[in-house]
Amino acid sequence: MNILVCISSVPDTTSKINFTDNNTKFDSNGVQFVINPYDEFGLTKAVFLKEENQASITVLTVGDPSVEPILRKALAIGADKAIRINYSPTDSYSTAYQIANHINSSEYDLIIAGKESSDYNNGAVPGMIADMLEIPFINACNGLTLEGNNLKLTREIDGGIENIQTKTPIIIGGQKGLVEESELKIPNMRGIMTARTKPLEVIESSDHTSLTESISFEKPAAKGSCKMIDENNINELVQELHNVAKVI
Amino acid sequence: MSIIVYAESWEGKFRKSTYEAVSYAKNMSEILQQEVKSITVGDISEEELKKLGIYGSSSVESYPNISKSDGKSVAEIIKEHAQNSKFIVFSNTFNAKSIAPRVSAKLKAGIITNIISNLENNNEPVFKRQSFSSKAIEAVKLNTNQGVLSIAPNSFELSEKQLDCKISVNQKTTESDLNIIGKDINKGKISLSEAEVIVSAGRGLKGPENWNMIEELADILGAATACSKPVSDIGWRPHSEHVGQTGKAVAPNLYIAIGISGAIQHLAGVNSSKVMVAINTDPEAPFFKAADYGVVGDAFEVVPKLIEEIKSLRNN
Repeated sequence: MNILVCISSVPDTTSKINFTDNNTKFDSNGVQFVINPYDEFGLTKAVFLKEENQASITVLTVGDPSVEPILRKALAIGADKAIRINYSPTDSYSTAYQIANHINSSEYDLIIAGKESSDYNNGAVPGMIADMLEIPFINACNGLTLEGNNLKLTREIDGGIENIQTKTPIIIGGQKGLVEESELKIPNMRGIMTARTKPLEVIESSDHTSLTESISFEKPAAKGSCKMIDENNINELVQELHNVAKVI
Repeated sequence: MSIIVYAESWEGKFRKSTYEAVSYAKNMSEILQQEVKSITVGDISEEELKKLGIYGSSSVESYPNISKSDGKSVAEIIKEHAQNSKFIVFSNTFNAKSIAPRVSAKLKAGIITNIISNLENNNEPVFKRQSFSSKAIEAVKLNTNQGVLSIAPNSFELSEKQLDCKISVNQKTTESDLNIIGKDINKGKISLSEAEVIVSAGRGLKGPENWNMIEELADILGAATACSKPVSDIGWRPHSEHVGQTGKAVAPNLYIAIGISGAIQHLAGVNSSKVMVAINTDPEAPFFKAADYGVVGDAFEVVPKLIEEIKSLRNN
């Protein structure tokens, strides 16, 4: 089984978010970049599938050379091969197009992406790839087991879980539940050493049509200070919520 | 030409998020001088379909034989109706997220998600959206004549228009590329994405046996219950209740955090809430920097008092 794991490089969750060039660009100065948390669940799941079923794992990202550290990390965690499509993504469509183009020229059975990236939070890339390739798409996927060519999956729906059966090839938008947080792999020394010898291929991109354009950023209005209420005067809290905030 | 809304239903009923999408589309349609047409799948009564008119849908195309789980077919249907539509509007549900990107790719129409601003004029449509887990607001422009839009939940007022919604029923059938073999629905519970009030608790509660008071508080407020990541990781509460960066992002009118310190990963999932209350024994808990109201105190003393006070408010 050939598995493709699509990952993206995002600011670490604890990063301060700032913008530069007159608030038109994300300021990456001093920001630590990590594998998008939703992608990390999928990557770890791929490593488990490989341990159980002799699979090969290709990890892919779209970006300029500065994103290569996350590919090296993914190789250290257990991917066999890495691909960087040399293109700085401008919108979901152009990103999906590059990835779909690569998948078309290869043979993958299972394509794992995250349900969204924790920076732009669009969650559109995997669904677009599904449509471009005319393959099934399981969004918010939180469980996957493999029986030959048959896949059993679960996905989160509003208010519950849906159980699904389908055949490869498919693409999923993964999240927690594919593996648990405690199962996420931290690269060990041996993994880091072997990652250096694993192939990292750079593919040139084609057709850069963007359907949307990011114009500017702003920070949400700062919250007023927190009104502290004495623990012996909970009536005041209820009155505030009822009469001032009008939320109860 | 009309503005298209995907009117999602649950077991034959529409929910507030659907009406929010209709209302949002109606607001745009008044600027563009067009009508709103809803598209809906699944078995829905005529009486329920008519309700789309309350919020401004002039007509609805109903597909009773098609399941909303079949995202591929739903996207194809929407595409057929949307050939000349300027905007196709979705709410921000899991189901919509399975369909909207496909519609965007099919029509080569730009997609903008998590929208929090209305269309202001028709010259050059720019929409504001939440990004960076609500730590930033991004302005995005469409480069295409058509746009696929999904709106952030609980961000737009409903406005009643009382139109008579014209119903067309289509008997089309399709074949899904997914075989749905079962569903587990959390019966009787208010879903986190739709809840107007959420009562959430963390490790400060010391054990799963202490959730009775959380459920009681949620019950009298008509609220959904949620929890922090450590609590779902240790298994005190189901994963479906975990809100935060790697769990669910929520945007209720009121979020009450009990015994949750307010780690940045948790706040990333809740800071779109309109009003936040933090109850914690530790006066240095970071949640107090994000909350609107704070109580330093023991949850086991504060929560029962809060329940009593709300009961007496309700009785007066």
